[in-house]
Order: sequence, then C-alpha cells, then structure tokens
Amino acid sequence: MYDFGYHRPKNLSEADAALKEASEPTLMAGGQTLIPTLKFRLANPSDIVDLCAIDELKGIREEGGNLVIGAMTTHAEVAASDLVASRIPALASLAEGIGDPQVRHRGTMGGSIANNDPAADYPAGCLGLGATIVTNQRQIAADDFFLGSFETALQEGEIVTAVSFPVPEKAAYAKFPNPASRYAIVGVMVAKTSAGVRVAVTGAGAGVFRDSAIEQSLSGNFAADAVGGSGADEGDLNSDIHASAGYRKHLIGVMAKRAVAAANF
Amino acid sequence: MPDGSVGQAVKRREDHRFLTGKGRYVDDIHRTGELAAVFVRSPHAHAKVSAINADAARKSPGVVAVLTGADMAEDNYGSIPCGWTVTDRHGEPHKAPPHFPMVRDKVRYVGDHVAVVLAETAAQAKDGAELVEVDYEELDANVEPAKAMQAPLLHEEAPDNLCYDWVLGDEAEADAAFANAHHVTKLDLVNNRLIPNAMEPRAAIAEWDSGTDSYTLWSTSQNPHVLRLILSAFITGIPETKLRIIAPDVGGGFGSKIYCYAEETVCLWATKRIGRPVRWTADRNEAFLADAHGRDHVTHVEMAMDAEGHFLGLKVDTTANMGAYLSNFASCIPTYLYATLLAGQYRTPVVYCNVRAVFTNTAPVDAYRGAGRPEATYLLERTVEIAAREMGLDPAELRRRNFIQPDQFPYQTPVALTYDIGDYEASLNEATQMIDYAGFGRRKEEAKLRGKLRGIGFSSYIEACGIAPSAVVGSLGAGVGLWESAQVRFNATGTVSVLTGSHAHGQGHETTFSQVVADTLGVPIESIEIVHGDTGQIPMAMGTYGSRSLAVGGSAIMRACGKIIEKGKKIAAHLLEASVEDIEFKDGNFTVTGTDKSLSMGEVAFTAYVPHNYPADLEPGLDETAFYDPLNFTYPAGTHICEVEIDPETGVTEIVDWVAVDDFGKVINPLIVEGQVHGGIAQGVGQAMLEHGIYDTESGQLVTGSYMDYCMPRADDLPSFRVGMTETACTHNPLGVKGCGEAGAIAAPPALINAITDALGVKHMEMPATPEKVWRLAQSAAAAE
Amino acid sequence: MPEVTMTVNGQQVSREVEGRTLLVQFLREHLNLTGTHVGCDTSQCGACVVHVDGKSVKACTMLAVQAEGGDVTTIEGLASGGELHPMQAAFHEHHGLQCGFCTPGMVMSAVDLLQKNANPSEQEIRDWLEGNICRCTGYHNIVNAIQHAASGGGAS
Repeated sequence: MYDFGYHRPKNLSEADAALKEASEPTLMAGGQTLIPTLKFRLANPSDIVDLCAIDELKGIREEGGNLVIGAMTTHAEVAASDLVASRIPALASLAEGIGDPQVRHRGTMGGSIANNDPAADYPAGCLGLGATIVTNQRQIAADDFFLGSFETALQEGEIVTAVSFPVPEKAAYAKFPNPASRYAIVGVMVAKTSAGVRVAVTGAGAGVFRDSAIEQSLSGNFAADAVGGSGADEGDLNSDIHASAGYRKHLIGVMAKRAVAAANF
Repeated sequence: MPDGSVGQAVKRREDHRFLTGKGRYVDDIHRTGELAAVFVRSPHAHAKVSAINADAARKSPGVVAVLTGADMAEDNYGSIPCGWTVTDRHGEPHKAPPHFPMVRDKVRYVGDHVAVVLAETAAQAKDGAELVEVDYEELDANVEPAKAMQAPLLHEEAPDNLCYDWVLGDEAEADAAFANAHHVTKLDLVNNRLIPNAMEPRAAIAEWDSGTDSYTLWSTSQNPHVLRLILSAFITGIPETKLRIIAPDVGGGFGSKIYCYAEETVCLWATKRIGRPVRWTADRNEAFLADAHGRDHVTHVEMAMDAEGHFLGLKVDTTANMGAYLSNFASCIPTYLYATLLAGQYRTPVVYCNVRAVFTNTAPVDAYRGAGRPEATYLLERTVEIAAREMGLDPAELRRRNFIQPDQFPYQTPVALTYDIGDYEASLNEATQMIDYAGFGRRKEEAKLRGKLRGIGFSSYIEACGIAPSAVVGSLGAGVGLWESAQVRFNATGTVSVLTGSHAHGQGHETTFSQVVADTLGVPIESIEIVHGDTGQIPMAMGTYGSRSLAVGGSAIMRACGKIIEKGKKIAAHLLEASVEDIEFKDGNFTVTGTDKSLSMGEVAFTAYVPHNYPADLEPGLDETAFYDPLNFTYPAGTHICEVEIDPETGVTEIVDWVAVDDFGKVINPLIVEGQVHGGIAQGVGQAMLEHGIYDTESGQLVTGSYMDYCMPRADDLPSFRVGMTETACTHNPLGVKGCGEAGAIAAPPALINAITDALGVKHMEMPATPEKVWRLAQSAAAAE
Repeated sequence: MPEVTMTVNGQQVSREVEGRTLLVQFLREHLNLTGTHVGCDTSQCGACVVHVDGKSVKACTMLAVQAEGGDVTTIEGLASGGELHPMQAAFHEHHGLQCGFCTPGMVMSAVDLLQKNANPSEQEIRDWLEGNICRCTGYHNIVNAIQHAASGGGAS
C-alpha cells in the first residue's frame, strides 16, 4: 500500500473541504473494496477522506412512503433492520447475502454503489427497485446512475448521502454466487411496482442492467412460470473461467424465475 | 502404571497455545536489526533478462540493498537440487537443469525470482521493488503438459522439454493380456493442477552471527533437517555445524513446505552479505505464484477384462507436468509414488505404465497431499467404475470380484510393491452398510420427485505410506535415506523429553506421541514433552510427509523407549539385588519376577542421574537415541462412498452423504485420526469440485492467483462426514500403524466424480465438476432422453 | 504520522502509525499481539478476524486509524482469569483445530455468531463461516464445536 494522508471529517462540509484541499483524494466508506485495492497498489490516492464519522450519512428511515437508507449504513444493519424487513424484505435478504459477516459489518450501501462493481449486489437492488440515489449535490435515478463497469454518474467530489427506495408491491433477489469470490456470477432483483415490473441483473455483464425481455414476460403475469429467457445479447455478457456467457444468460432466466417465486411466496 | 491412553480420544495437548493466540509461527518472530525482503518477480512466463537497473530502487527511502542472481553467483551459491534421480527407459538419468534461487539468464514462469529488495520495513521494500527496472526480451511460452515436447525450449539441458520418459512393467506382457480381453475400458482424463494453500503463507528469517560465522534460519518447514542438508550440501556450502534451522509452529503444509525454496535460500545468503537479519513472509498472491503446485497429469488408460469382469491387465500413459524447474522431489511423484500404486486393491496381474515428465512455463510441481497416489487412485477408480457400467455389473460387486483376498497377503503386486496385510472387502461391506447401499434406488426416486438427480460413487483406494525403506528408495534413485530418529531423555525428577524428527504442523504429534510414550513407559502424559522442529536440539532426522510420522517416527520413539527399559532393568537389578534376567518391566514398574520387590520408572530415572548406588559397568544417565528404518511401506486402504444431488437447472451439486471406512491399522488417537480423514476428504472434494490452478494458455499468466478465482472449500461447500474404521494391524512396525494423513485426499476425487457421472448418466467429466460443466452435461443428458 | 488511540483487550493504547498501517499490522507489529494472523490479501480467509466495538471484522481490511476510539478484542483477550472462553473450550473439546493458523479468526467469528444467534442450525453455522477458510479440518469438527458451544456444552 502507498502511504496517504488520512482525514476523518465530522460532517459533509468538512468532507467537502478535505476533498478540495487534497491533490488526488479518494473517499472511503466501509473500505471493504478500497483497502484491498490499496493493498495491491492498484490505487495511489494522495489522501483518504473517511466518511465513517459523519452521522448524517447513517440510519434507516421512512420518508414520504419511501425507505431511505443513509449511505454509511452497513450491510449488516440493512440485513438486521426491522424497518427494511417490513417494507422491502428483498433488500434485507440481498444485504444478508453480500460478502461474509465480517464484510457486512464494515461494508456500506453508499460505498458499494459508488464503486459499482459489475458483480456487486446493491446495484441490482437499486436498479431493480427503481431507487433514487441522493448525493450532497442532487438526486439521481438509479436508471441514470449506473454507467457500466466501475462507472457511475457521480462527479468529482460528489458524495452519496442516501438511497431512497420506493416500496414495491413485491420483490425478491436471487443470486448465483461465484464459488470462489462469492460475488454474483448472476444476481437478479425482480420487483413488481406501481410503475410496472423491473428486473435488474448484476454479475452477468459489464455493469448492472435491466432485462427488458424478462420484464415484458412478467408484465402481464407476475409468476415464476411466466419468466421467459433473458433478452441479453450473449456477446455483451461476461465469460470467464467460472461461467461462460451462455451459462450466464441461462442463469439470468433461472435466477429471475426463482426470485419471482420467492417474491410471490 | 501404563497410561492406558493408547486408543483413546485424548484431547490435544497443543491446543491451548493455538486457542489463546500464543502459537509461535515464523512471522511472529522478530530479530533485532532485521531487514524485510521483497522479491521482484517475473511478470512474464518466459523471457530473457537482458538488464536489471536498480539505481532508483537503491535510492528509495529505507532501501538498504537490491541484489540479483549475478550477485549470488559471485558468492558461489549453487542451484536448488532435485533429491531423487529417476532413470529413464533407456537407462539415462533424468534431466535436472540448474535451478538458481534468483535467475541468471532468463525467467521461466510468472513469479520466477529476479531480484530481492532489502529495506527497513516491508512497505519500504515493496516501494523499492516497484522501482527496479528489468529489461525482458519475451519468448514464446507454453503452460500445457500435452504440448510441452513441441513447445519452445525452457532449458538447453532438457531437449524437447523432456525431463524423462520412464516405464514400469512390460509392454509386451500387457499387450498379450489385452489380446485375450473380453472387454477393454478406455479413458482419457486430466488430473487437475492444484495449489496447496496451507493457511500460513511461507516465511523465513535468517540471521548470521559474525562472532561464530554461524547461521540460524527460521523456516516454515515440514522437515528442518532435510532443509539443512539440502542448503548445506548442495547450495551454500555452509557446514551443518554452522547452520541451525528452526521450524516453530507451522500453519499447515500438505507437502508444500517440504521443499527448499528460493526465498529462504536468498534470505540465508543475504543476511551475511548485508550483515543484518533478513525476514520474508509471502503474501498470499506470492504463495499462489511460487509455492510448489500439485498434480497436473494428462493420462490415457485402458483396462482389459474377461467376460466375468476379472481384470486382466492395465495400461497407463501419462504426461506429468514438472513446471519450469525440478523441485526437490518432483521426479519421484509421478513415478515411484504413482505407477507403483496402479494395482490398487486388485489382483490385476499385469500393469504397464509409461510416464513422460515435461517442463512447462509454470510453477514447479511437487508432492501435495497424497502425491502420486491420488492421481493413481483417480484413474483406477474412475476406470473401474466405468468398466462396471460398461459391463452391466454392480460397481461394488465388480470390486469384490477383483479384490486381493485376506489369505493372499503378503501380496506381491506386478508394480514392485508387496502389500503386507489388508481386508478390502471388510471396508467395502462396512461402507455399503453405513450408507444403506440397498436403499439408494429409493433415494434416487425420491430425489427425482424433487427435481434432483441423485448419484452414488465408490472409491476403494490404497496408498503406500510410512515412507520409506531406505535401501528400496535408494535403489530407485532417492538421494537420501527415509528413516527417522528419536531421542527419549529422562530428567532426574522423572519427566521425559522426547525429541522427534517428525515435525508437526497440525497433525497433533505432541498428543499422539505422548500417548505412545506414556503407555510404553508408564509415565503420566503430563510429564512428557515432545520437542520437534529444531536442528539445534534434535538428532539428524528426515521430517514429515507421506503419512509417515507415526509409522516411522513413532517406531523410532518405540525403539528408543525399548532402550530406556533395557537400561532401566540393569539399574533396577542392581538396586533390587537381582539379576537383570529376573527383572520385568510392566505398568511403569521394574519388578523382580515372582516377588513384590519393585521400583518405579521415576526411582530408576533418579538413580540414573544420582548414581550413588549404581552398577559399576554402567554409564549414568537415562537418555537413549534410536533410529528406525522401515522394513516396508505401510498400506492404508479403505472405501469411501458418497451421494450427491444435482440441480439440473443450475448444475449445482450438493454432497448429501459421505461415508469413509478406512483401515489405518492400529489407531492411537481416534479423535485425531478422524480429523485427518475429514481434512483429507475436504481437500479431495476441493480437487473434484472446486479447485483448479489455471494458467492462461496464451499469456502464461496464472489466472487463479487469489481466492477471488481459486476456489477454496468453505464450510458451506461441505457436508458432515461419517467415518468408520476397520483394522488390520501393520505387520512390520512395532505399533501396527499405517498412517492416515493422506487417505481422504486420495479417496475423495474418484468417489465424487463417480457419483456425479452416475447422477448425470455420463461416462466421464473432467475435474473440477463446476456448476457450468455439470449443467451442460445435464442438458445433453436430458436432450438424449 | 497520525496518532491512534483505542482500547485493546481492555487496555487503552496510543501509538503513532502511518495512515496505511492496517489494524492487523498495528496489533501484530506495534502491540505484539501475534495471535491475529494474515492468511490472504483479498479479505477472504478470515485468519485476521477480531472484534471492533463488539462486531467481528477483518483486521486486514481496516486501517488502524479507522479503529480510533474503538474497543478491540483479539484472541488474546478472549479468555478471562485463566479460564478459556466457552468457544475456545469447545474447539479444544471437539478437535476443532489442527495447525492453529486459522483458529484465532475462526474462534472470534464463531463467538460473534453466537452473540447474534444463540442457537444456530448446522446450516446457519456453515453459512456464517463463509468468511473463514480452514485448510486442515474440513470444517466438520469446527461446526461440531460451535454447535456444542451454542448448547452450553463447550467445557463439558
């Protein structure tokens, strides 16, 4: 790991100031991706601005019928939250399946979506549930936020503060984990919402995406048997030692079906 | 009193320190003034090193030195040797090209050692290593054993990248057996490359004492004396009297910590050159790149049978990957620890095996848990299973029909070994009962109702352990003897120090050996300490591998105990005013036969050290050393049966039951033995379903270079195991023991692949049986129906 | 260099550290608490698991400065007054360790599991241990030990 300056601001304006003062700063949320990246010397920030002491980024609450989760809320907190369990149980079970217990104690929702690992779970959760990402500057619809592998709509210095989830009629997340890394080979969030059916897929492609073919197959009949095959182009899907593109495409359909079954359970 | 603990599930004596964080591993040790070493490793699979520029690195903060292979050559450091010379089919010795600790001309695999940076801290050494500029002229590389003989040359000394072309058995005899066959089963298979992954990464600390010109090396070694021998005799020229090797607590080995590695050799050299202690601890990614890997065979096998399914002959053709250099014992693994096991538990009269060992641009391959025997068992038990299916015979029945029978021992196999004892049908029968083989059909039907494909798989394995009779291995090319030493040293107050050459790195020797000594000498277990892992304390020794600790090391301890008792009788006879012939030793007491005149072991030990009233012609002291050279290998054997259920929609395989019935001879501590079986099975399951060391065939990069891609078995990948035992005592060692450390890793892979292919109704699939492979086969099987 | 202050095994400690110092390096190299181990570089093996503010975390994936003001418990702090913690006792009783290298992290992780779920099923135990790799035991006896510790049979 290269050395760096370390800052622990107590509020957003201090964080903003710390970012502006540093030459090449990086924000750190839970650090569960950033620290391994630093250990392999794949990043060389001049300064790390640690968001862990900013209380306004924490907590789970209801606002205008939406479930609002602070960016620094850990996966374990989401998984254990009674409020999440009562409003969007699919999100709690998604959080319960991220990484391992120790990673869930440190990793955060904000960190996960800002990183936008193409095999991470939360991007599928946000996109599938039609969430809105709230930053210190604006609000961004999930459909506009995730731009591909490790790319998001966030501008330099922009800090995710919370994610606002509309409560769906039904939703569930099904994941086929990579046997080694336990990231998603394919993860599918299905949601039946007032605005229609949304199906978001992670792990399979260069970034999280909506599978419109499956959405259409479910739009009239939200039932496991109704799930058709994925509409993804195999050429756009990942192929590696763990799973070929063809297998991933197949798994999208299977996971979608299982998610729908779980949502209807 | 005899302790009575032999055969009991005594809780481990070593646990307390590990459970309280007080284990002492190499990386826990620090020496005053120490420098951290970080290696500059090759990013290329094959390249000439035309220049190394370390100017910027040397100026980096904290960096003390940057050293290369050229510097090492100046100091006359030699090549890392291979300790076993295999003679090829033409009577020529194998090709063992130079293997310098840091390269002198070119790099031959990704991770090869180019330079070392020594700095005040590990972070500073890493900073410096990044600044070392190396000019590489890239060369074409090959990582595939099957293509090695047509690939670019790695070593001038080894034309066609061939290390040896070796045969065992008579091809014409085998052909004659096949000519009479009713049926021949044929199979092509790959034994997948594995990366051992002991949880403690390798580490070394070297310290040179200028006052005495002597060295201490703390190493994560399974066999510190062998390491000292190799370093002293072949590489450094440092006399053994000036080189002390300490292997403290070691966090697992599984074979990978047998060998003398480049990194510790460089630390040893650098400490004198720089005049400060030098430490190195591998990052996990270095362990992936540069630990010796295991397996990596490509094999064609044919088995001939008569109309009743009796095996008539076996022909095996294997290409074995040695990697880029010959590791210390690499050459003997796919020959004398492989082909000699191809008779298995069966009466196959003729076996012919041809092995070509080849060099590729990959990490060196050497012994990994099982070492040759898993490869032999996998091909044999897969072939037997397929033969049963092709012949329409029950797989258990086909095995029974061919088993060597209990009254045939000692049994001379056609592949050099003489099995001393066994009862293979007893283990098979016990296993089939435990798993309710008769009820399998019902379970399969029930699984089908749930949409699952259920399969069952057998594996009846044998291994040659207790390695090994020195004269035998010497005649086959071993450069060392494979005896073991022990010293049993009573202290004046009756406590006992037992010094053993069998290093422990998880096996529980401190408990098992204590049980043996307590029972033999009638001393409380609490009064016994087991000392291992330090060449400064322990007589010359050979170390721990090949499931040999109890069979060979334990036998040496028994022999030393025997000498103690013999001397004790002389002391007791003197004190009790009887003749030595009239003294009997029982339950920790020396008694004059037929009287109640008796002395305890403690009283005798005290007298030996306070010899005021003592035999005139006897030396004081009660401290005996013994060496034990085994008369034969031991032959643990057994049957494992597993059942799996496959989700055809995803290809996910769940192991739903596993029974292991093993014959390890006498069992000293069943708790520890069962633990060894569990761990071995887990590694075998890893090979069969999860683990695969993959190099990219184009770039030569190690694709599975971290736990993100190399799939280690985790708790949720595995079931609980049901372990049973049968027992035929080994006939040729004093404890009647055979060894248990490798059985699970040997037995498990074919059991699993047999079960999965049974569930899918297919002939074969390559390991690991990943979900995608299983799914594709399930799709084609469904389509075929 | 920043100074960091935290409570480790009940004692307050302060040290100057580089920003890049990992919590596990701080424990091992600054405090000589070598029971916490490093077995990988990708945050997966769990040999480094300790408790920070009562929760199990990977000390290799946390900076020392992030533990500022925190309450850290390592394997060395688990036994009290010479008595093994029931989880340590259960691992001993049921042979839940062989080489001992993964053991500290495994025990710390298991203790945290029982804090959250006093009576876990075998499957729940196996799922929880996703972040702890053992190469020796095949997990059989680890799972067994945790089940016994959960049912209060650790020291039986």
